[in-house]
Amino acid sequence: MSTNTTLTRRTLLKKAAQTGAVAGAALVIGFDVPARAQDPDKPAGNPLKGWVKIDQNGQVTLIYSRSEMGQGVSTSLPMILADELCVDWKDIRVEHASVDPFYGDQGTGGSGSVAGMWMPLRKAGASAREMFIAAAAQRWSVTPETCTAKAGAVWRGDDKLTYAELVESAARLPVPDPANVRLKSPDEFEYIGKSLPRTDVPSKVDGSAIFGLDVRVPGMVYAVVARCPVFGGKVKRFDAARTKALKGVLDVFEIPAVGEGVYTCGGVVVVAETTYIAMQGRKLLQIEWDNGPAASESSETLRRQFRKLVDSSMKVVINQGDAEAAIAAAPAEKKIEVDYELPFQAHAAMEPLNCTVHIQSDRAEAWAASQSPNLVQGVIQKLTGLPPEKIQVHTTFMGGAFGRRYQWDFPTEAAQIAKRVSKPVQLVWSREDDMMHDFYRPASYHRMSGALDADGNVAGWRHKYTSTSIAEMFDPKAAPESSEVGLTAQIPYQTKGYKLEYLPAASAVPRAWWRSVEASVVGFVMESFIDELAHAGNVDPYEFRLRLIGDNRLVKDALDPKERPLDTARLKAVLQLAADKGDWGKPLPAGHGRGIACHYSFHTYVSNLVEVSVNNGALKVHRVVSAVDVGTPVNPNGIHAQVESAIVYGLTAALKSQITIQDGHTVQSNFNQFTTLSMKETPKIDVYIVPSNVPPTGIGEPGLPPTAPALTNAIFAATGKRIRRLPVQPGDLA
Amino acid sequence: MAISFEVNGQQKTVDVDPKTPLLWVLRDTLNLTGTKYGCGIAACGACTVHIDGEPARSCSYPVSGVAGKKITTIEGLSSSRTHPVQQAWIAEQVPQCGYCQSGQIMTAVAFLKKNPSPTAAQVDDAMSNNICRCGTAQRIRAAVLRAADLMGNAKNSSTGGAL
Repeated sequence: MSTNTTLTRRTLLKKAAQTGAVAGAALVIGFDVPARAQDPDKPAGNPLKGWVKIDQNGQVTLIYSRSEMGQGVSTSLPMILADELCVDWKDIRVEHASVDPFYGDQGTGGSGSVAGMWMPLRKAGASAREMFIAAAAQRWSVTPETCTAKAGAVWRGDDKLTYAELVESAARLPVPDPANVRLKSPDEFEYIGKSLPRTDVPSKVDGSAIFGLDVRVPGMVYAVVARCPVFGGKVKRFDAARTKALKGVLDVFEIPAVGEGVYTCGGVVVVAETTYIAMQGRKLLQIEWDNGPAASESSETLRRQFRKLVDSSMKVVINQGDAEAAIAAAPAEKKIEVDYELPFQAHAAMEPLNCTVHIQSDRAEAWAASQSPNLVQGVIQKLTGLPPEKIQVHTTFMGGAFGRRYQWDFPTEAAQIAKRVSKPVQLVWSREDDMMHDFYRPASYHRMSGALDADGNVAGWRHKYTSTSIAEMFDPKAAPESSEVGLTAQIPYQTKGYKLEYLPAASAVPRAWWRSVEASVVGFVMESFIDELAHAGNVDPYEFRLRLIGDNRLVKDALDPKERPLDTARLKAVLQLAADKGDWGKPLPAGHGRGIACHYSFHTYVSNLVEVSVNNGALKVHRVVSAVDVGTPVNPNGIHAQVESAIVYGLTAALKSQITIQDGHTVQSNFNQFTTLSMKETPKIDVYIVPSNVPPTGIGEPGLPPTAPALTNAIFAATGKRIRRLPVQPGDLA
Repeated sequence: MAISFEVNGQQKTVDVDPKTPLLWVLRDTLNLTGTKYGCGIAACGACTVHIDGEPARSCSYPVSGVAGKKITTIEGLSSSRTHPVQQAWIAEQVPQCGYCQSGQIMTAVAFLKKNPSPTAAQVDDAMSNNICRCGTAQRIRAAVLRAADLMGNAKNSSTGGAL
């Protein structure tokens, strides 16, 4: 569902930009996606003026235009470019692109960087290579066909001209027609498909990597904002006398909330000489808050609302066959009706949010750990009226992002502050700010009912679904389920009747894209429920999945005919690989159990198998085996790392972390309450990649959705206890 | 108030509120940004440095407490990433976002000094109070064992590396 998700994100952002919807009533941001960024077959402009820099010493620098948040794009994207360009990998440097229309949309999300940049970068690299060859052929007065490119030089027999010697003349040559530029065949790849060391690793073992919080600009000051803990609450009045008396405090002032509802909170800003003084100054503020209507919201009120909604008649989203009648007609022992629920989740990236901005009368500069540097430029443009070319945005390394850094709330606050301070100012969010004012993964509730027919196949599958919709928050005109349904609109399991119903729940809690977005929710529900149906029919849950996926076929998205169909052959292949590598069906010690799950998201197929043991209520996760089909694997080491990462992130959400709400604010504010999987609790993870030559698909997120259900299916296999509410509570296993 | 201490072999004197956590003195006053702010309550370990050779969470350690002491930060661990722990981190391709890794490495270095030939279970115990949201624990475990190997001390042989 990646295109769906990506387009949903992109569409919503565009919509917010155009209409100033919820997210931006006072905020019309200059966000647009140039046509070339949407056309995968066109490289962006002259590669020697944007993608490749070669200095007089012959140093080759490759530019990457997506944000490095740990997912490895600062390695995988240059690899793709380097391969077609024919430069020696060990000699190259990489550099992050500034925000420039040359690169089109520089947003990083939807597991889309490698998938989206695959053809543009190959064509850019190939175009540059052909330009070097043409320049050399001219120099030698020969035809280009007699020359070849290798290791940063053009060769003709033993004669060679290095790219450094050719760059000046090559840059003046016409850029080849992208439709005709010759691309390497897979057997010619030098780097693509090889595990190469990450370009950013050395700087991340000696403290030299510059993250957003590490930006240091001469004359800079630091700022924090006191925000109302209650979502949507505002400052009623405040007294800053004690704060202003603190040595090193430079300014205290109020900034308004931007956007209707809860986009930015507004609040009281403390500017100081150091981060610590700003934080201390904030503690001394006397603020009276107007908590607003959200103060009565809690996880319990939301849960009551969820239950009321699934008890009620809901909007029918998909109705194929007659699931309701089939379920009603089935004998009691052949049907099940169960409820699942998932909580809000915080992103909790290790680097708290921050943004450094310097606004001057005729220009502005920003240093942002952002997934959407175009939006950073947009908010500054909106606030200052400066033209985009006068607003320079530097994207720094990000200490994690997981979707949180796509939002433009923290750059908006930084720009509001910088406009008044007129010095470079670094806005710092404390961990508490970060956790209490996130855009959370939606909370949701699901009533699943299903029945088996006499042959043990699924006669009916009914899913009544409610959640705090992302779409509803960003665009009230969009169908609220559009951001929530994911693979429930593209179900790979054959069922005679299928019915999906949805209604959104009202909530003041902000929510948006969390790693794997809706797939993290529907993956758990669908893959738990199919397991329950298998056990109801006394069938091995792995065999049951294979049988219900059935013959090789393409499954269309019931709601979006343009979405890429799901290829059941590829889904079965990852299931079989995970089962094989994970010893499915082999004997286990007492108290152990294996669970399996599969999911298709971001056009990538993943199956995870989890082995656990439960002894006297104590759970241990021993091993996770993951099989992935990500199309052409560009950097296998990077793919392994991303899948390991997504699995741990998914296990944390399944076993440890959640955000609960009381009196309109989060209960959790730091890592002592929002706990994560420790090393002791981290199982051995083995990742297997299905060989493939089809274009690459996303890998930052798809390892997550099948993690929680494989875990809880394993818990069921070990104990007979079915987990239907995440995270797993200690009492669930007692 | 002026407070003097040694950082990475250099004598420093700072004039700050003595309650200021060492973390912010390192980052904002001394411009040593390799030590990271993650939680401010000593829960995540991203700010780990060595004070007289012992690991400490600098976000919760007032600078007044380090007067006359020797501090080592990630920047002072080695010149050009030659410390065996850094070498092991590169070989195992540990970092993803990398933000927590300064603290992870400083924790591992202090641990290996105390226990140069650890078992995997001892590594797990020692490293379990450092948070990594990218989920690099499996690689950190392998890297700590590899570092012990590199120092010639491991009980368990480490893996062949990530690449």
